[in-house]
Amino acid sequence: MASGKPNGNEGGGAPVTFLEAIKQAMFEEMERDPAVVLLGEDVGVYGGAFKTSEGLLARFGWERVIDTPISESAIIGAACGMSYVGLRPIVEMQFIDFIVCAFNQITNFVAKGHYLWNAPAPMVIRGPSGGGVHGGPFHSANPEMYFVHTPGLKVIYPSTPYDAKGLLKAAVRDNNPVLFFEHKFLYRRIKEELPAEDYTVPIGKAAVRREGKHLTILSYAAMMHTSLEAADALAKEGIEAEVIDLRTLLPLDEETILNSVRKTNKCLVVHEDTKTGGIAGEIAAILCEKAFGDLDGPLMRVTSLDTPVPYAPTLEEYFLPNAKKVFDAAKELARY
Amino acid sequence: MKKELTRQQYLDLYYYMRLNRAVEDTMVKLFRQNKIVGGLYSSLGQEAISVGSAYALEKKDWLAPMIRNIGALLVKGVPPRDIFMQHMAKYDSPTKGKDGTSHFGDLDNLHIVSPISMLGDLIPVMTGVAMAGRYLGQKIVAMTWIGDGGSSTGVFHEGLNFAATQKAPFVLILENNLWAYSTPVRKQVPLENLADRAKAYGIDSYIVDGNDVVAMYSTAKEAVNRARAGEGPILIEAKTFRRLGHAQHDPAEYVPKEMRAYWEARDPIALYEKYLTGEKLLDAKSKKEIDEKLDTLLAAEREFAENSPMPPAELAAEGVYCTGDDCHKIRAQWERPVAEVTPPKSSVEAVWTVPGFGSGKGSGGANAPIHFGDTPRAVEKSANGGKPAAKIAVKAAAKKTVKAAPARASRKARR
Repeated sequence: MASGKPNGNEGGGAPVTFLEAIKQAMFEEMERDPAVVLLGEDVGVYGGAFKTSEGLLARFGWERVIDTPISESAIIGAACGMSYVGLRPIVEMQFIDFIVCAFNQITNFVAKGHYLWNAPAPMVIRGPSGGGVHGGPFHSANPEMYFVHTPGLKVIYPSTPYDAKGLLKAAVRDNNPVLFFEHKFLYRRIKEELPAEDYTVPIGKAAVRREGKHLTILSYAAMMHTSLEAADALAKEGIEAEVIDLRTLLPLDEETILNSVRKTNKCLVVHEDTKTGGIAGEIAAILCEKAFGDLDGPLMRVTSLDTPVPYAPTLEEYFLPNAKKVFDAAKELARY
Repeated sequence: MKKELTRQQYLDLYYYMRLNRAVEDTMVKLFRQNKIVGGLYSSLGQEAISVGSAYALEKKDWLAPMIRNIGALLVKGVPPRDIFMQHMAKYDSPTKGKDGTSHFGDLDNLHIVSPISMLGDLIPVMTGVAMAGRYLGQKIVAMTWIGDGGSSTGVFHEGLNFAATQKAPFVLILENNLWAYSTPVRKQVPLENLADRAKAYGIDSYIVDGNDVVAMYSTAKEAVNRARAGEGPILIEAKTFRRLGHAQHDPAEYVPKEMRAYWEARDPIALYEKYLTGEKLLDAKSKKEIDEKLDTLLAAEREFAENSPMPPAELAAEGVYCTGDDCHKIRAQWERPVAEVTPPKSSVEAVWTVPGFGSGKGSGGANAPIHFGDTPRAVEKSANGGKPAAKIAVKAAAKKTVKAAPARASRKARR
């Protein structure tokens, strides 16, 4: 690496990409704690399909950066076993779509261990997720809700390089299995200057990205940026939207959500995940239970269609939410 | 004739098989008294496998039982009361009533990983245990069991293949009891010997008479030694028979009478008693002492279990997450210099490099490992004075002279 510090982060220097932030997090955690290892398909010699782990093998050696067979269940099972002996493995799913190949291992073995027999499995399962890059139906998924429905897991889906780094570090240090979704649309499209010193971002805390008083927009990952774009357009029409980045989907930061909705009295949820069974439905239920009297309008949602992610750009663009759809929904909600 | 085991070892194997059976007999009584909450599975006639293989492990080694491996838990040091309380869903059970049967473990002391009901999942998990142990320099071996039925799962293949590519110190006992619930092994696997599956992973295997505890022990011991020496995972197929149904509810009427009769005549405990008596290792007096010891022990253990309360209802809501500092006590126990894996020295020379590989751009350097299967044997770690370990193993297997119980299956290292 070219810079003075081996992780390439000198702080106060050039802004780094979302992808670079993730690499820095892994690098620094492996540097800090020899119990941290990385395993996955092509993570070593090749440096990962997106080059997220480039340079890690050279730095940490083959015992800590492990190229595996194409066997998602075996990778996650083995990481779980490693955690039982005191390691803190990071697992990369080459594309997060493939995480479902290990669904049983995650939901039955990893997630239930602490509840059933006091066996915490401190491990991170991370990988590139999301659409908008024409990856087609098997390389664009947002499968977070399968796992949000699984007690025992934590689910993180960051939207900025700062959060990606800080939350990934927090995930590595957490004593529970953490799923870490990396929206691949953001990998090289956004940059941010990161602190030189070690920092973490707490798991389970949402962030208010823009303050407003007319309605609350809840979002995360790539759609957070779409929501901010829509909020700018809304502001020009005199509608001040408060935009909240959920950051962690499990556990959900109910307090921040409720505080905002009690202020704005209106809530729009924007997610790239498909509509039915998405986090918006859960948030709707929480608001009905805890803030029904505060609502001046119905909870509205802008989501992807209830279809697989289509391949052709025309189809995928139709399938995905965008700033226009968010803007329209917000305007409609603001009229209540 | 030179005996393979010490007198104490012969008697230990006998005691643990008897204990295994007595524990399960007690649970049948509890089941009939409606004191067992869920189902009750039996390892009747398969005790030699659990006991013989677990007895081959050292204290620091790790095991993960399946549903018919109560014997392995007892050998590892689990008190019978824990097994009773698990089945009775008691508050003092290892899982406090949150799960039953052999679904419990102990990471801190006994090094037991809990199974789940989905078959095969333990194979990659124990592979990871073995890899982590090797990484930390602990020289441990990990062992688990799988049935003939469970060997058809995808994760069996993924796990064993991964273990093989990693040369993990892992021993898998394939307990072929001929029946997966009601489906005979022939309808599941078109192979005469399930050990043949090892060939697909490039690993060694053994076939052993699972009703012969001495054969089971010495085969497992050899496999454990070889795995510990760095030879990679080993598969042992133990041929046996499931004497009862899938669980207590199942009368197993689908099993042919002749098959049952054949295997009932080959009860592992009866065979071993005959052998021990013939070898003058056991007489009527010492047998009576064991009978009495078991009766006393199990009466006390059962009483303790029956007196334990049911868990308080609110416990259902607790423990999903590990929160606070006390819930995760497992720390990496380094038994090698940490400097070996800490930069800038972390890229220690791989023992399984291939010349030329890794010299390409961004490939991690000339020491990048390519293929564990190409590894020259780690001669310096071998217990055989530097000679190739595999050859020794074959020779030793062929030369075994210990007279075990009759009808002992041929046992050979399979290449």
